[in-house]
Amino acid sequence: MRRVAYQAAAIAVALLVAWFLVHNTAVNLEQRRIASGFSFLGRDAGFEISESPFLSYDSSGSYLRALTVGLVNTLRVAIIGVLVATVLGTAIGLFRLSKNFLLRTLAAAYVEFIRNSPLLVQLFFWYVLITNALPPPREALQPLSGVFLTNRGFYFPLPGSVPVLEGFNFTGGMVVTPEFAALLAGLSIYTAAFIAEIVRAGVLAVSRGQWNAALAIGLKRGQALRHVVMPQALRVIVPPMASQYLNLTKNSSLAVAIGYPDLVSIANTAMNQTGQAIEGVAIIMAVYLTISLSISAFMNWYNARILAR
Amino acid sequence: MKWLRENLFSSWPAGVATVLIFLALWKIVPQFIEWAFLDAVWRPDPKACREADGACWGFIAEKHRFILFGTYPHEQHWRPAFATILLIGLWAFSLARAFWRWWLALVWLAGLVAIGVLMWGGLFGLSYVENERWGGLILTLLLTTFGIAFAFPLSILLALGRRSDMPVIRALCVGYIELIRGVPLISVLFMASVMLPLFLPPGLTMDKLLRAQIALILFAAAYLAEVVRGGLQAIPKTQYEMADALGLRYWQKMLHVVLPQALRIAVPPLVNIFIGFFKDTSLVLIIGLFDLLSTVKVSLTDPAWSGFGVEAYLFAALVYFAFCFAMSLYSRRLEASR
Repeated sequence: MRRVAYQAAAIAVALLVAWFLVHNTAVNLEQRRIASGFSFLGRDAGFEISESPFLSYDSSGSYLRALTVGLVNTLRVAIIGVLVATVLGTAIGLFRLSKNFLLRTLAAAYVEFIRNSPLLVQLFFWYVLITNALPPPREALQPLSGVFLTNRGFYFPLPGSVPVLEGFNFTGGMVVTPEFAALLAGLSIYTAAFIAEIVRAGVLAVSRGQWNAALAIGLKRGQALRHVVMPQALRVIVPPMASQYLNLTKNSSLAVAIGYPDLVSIANTAMNQTGQAIEGVAIIMAVYLTISLSISAFMNWYNARILAR
Repeated sequence: MKWLRENLFSSWPAGVATVLIFLALWKIVPQFIEWAFLDAVWRPDPKACREADGACWGFIAEKHRFILFGTYPHEQHWRPAFATILLIGLWAFSLARAFWRWWLALVWLAGLVAIGVLMWGGLFGLSYVENERWGGLILTLLLTTFGIAFAFPLSILLALGRRSDMPVIRALCVGYIELIRGVPLISVLFMASVMLPLFLPPGLTMDKLLRAQIALILFAAAYLAEVVRGGLQAIPKTQYEMADALGLRYWQKMLHVVLPQALRIAVPPLVNIFIGFFKDTSLVLIIGLFDLLSTVKVSLTDPAWSGFGVEAYLFAALVYFAFCFAMSLYSRRLEASR
């Protein structure tokens, strides 16, 4: 009886709070003459987006189109970031366990320094490093023939299209903007420090006997790591790794601070232009929730497969 | 010699790696030292900075007041300075397990009242300073302190709710925790800055600082709840059963038997969440509050000093690092002393 009363009270309170918020919002929207709903998505956005490598977009595109470009940009930086962070993080995690003193110490210093300062500071740092420390296009650094590093972006040659200096900037080839480069560097370097700790803990969790047994049958250290220790360490590594991938994806929303046109940054512009704050925040939250739930579903499936092996 | 052989040249690849790293360090470290120290300009002189090859620490020397205290009235800077020291002192004092007693709450209460009086003023002949003018380090520290102070009790309720045997309560708590953990902090902050005004009854307004603080509390509570839940799960079932056998009610059982043990177990991971939260407060920059990172960023907009972003953000990173590293050393010591 008590249990039923408690739960009924909880539902009542939740409904009351929800009603209070919805009611206030409705009154406020009416006072401010803001029409709610998602019809604004069909209207012309009227703003430019600085990069859209896969979808064509210009300022006469709709808000829906603009948000889609933002989502694609978010996924682009998140997917590449996850790959880079995994490789870098695994390497640094293994370096931390290395017998080599220099390698071990440098890896530990990396982890400590990167983990203990905010990602946002690091993003700003990489961004000013690229835009302040690199030369303008006319004096571009050319580490390899056809590759140009400038404060306006990095230019790489593609088959049939080579970057050429025209006026104040390069045209042709493939361009990586400073915003994308800074965001990718920041996200991968930051997340790699956390992944390194996960990998280290995972390897340490495999019992000493497994190492000894592998070495006793004549495997080298590297072979023992690859064929005996890592497969077992993966069981410990995968669940926290999934949450790091999620974190990286969510952290990519900091793009708005350095002007990379990700979903949040475009939704923010749309909110400022249309005043559709509720819809804007709802879209951002819905998209990230979907991504979060998909990644955790995939990781659960993968984890189950590893455990079954 | 033995140490060298074992730690640097244990095998051929290890030896090669050592030599390569050594060569890289040989090139990078002297260059860095030249840039950061030998060729650096320490005087607040933008002209000398532009001519020098090294770092311009003069930028920090010139702007340190603004970076630390934001737009707080200049002749009153001793007040936030004193408040900052007091707040750091309170945190340092609370680190020792010996002081984890009920009276610690009173110490904090007294300390926070003193900080409030210092910052706002309007009493004892101190001039009144509205909180729109607060900024810099003290704002970052206050957002963290109040964020944790309010999020922590909330997170205990959420964690207990998630482990409750009442399906409705469990569903509400799980829903809340997973919703918040599934979205980025910036979206919660946007919600507070653009949606919260719409949620309030017409005519009622809330200032920006309070709105950001509420968003940070709601966000932190979800993450803390998961750590508290981990602590609760680590308590052996027999503890629950013994409390039941003694005839304790639910809240008696939780307050006197389960929570004291669970929270003690959860302290090291809780400190890690605190570190993350301290770093995350820097996101209030995006909704226009003047925290430590914001004041650094705004300092760079001064045309006389533009272009010294690398130095400015290195400095910001070092300040954050000092706090976070101290906390993580503490967390490690706690873990080792268990």
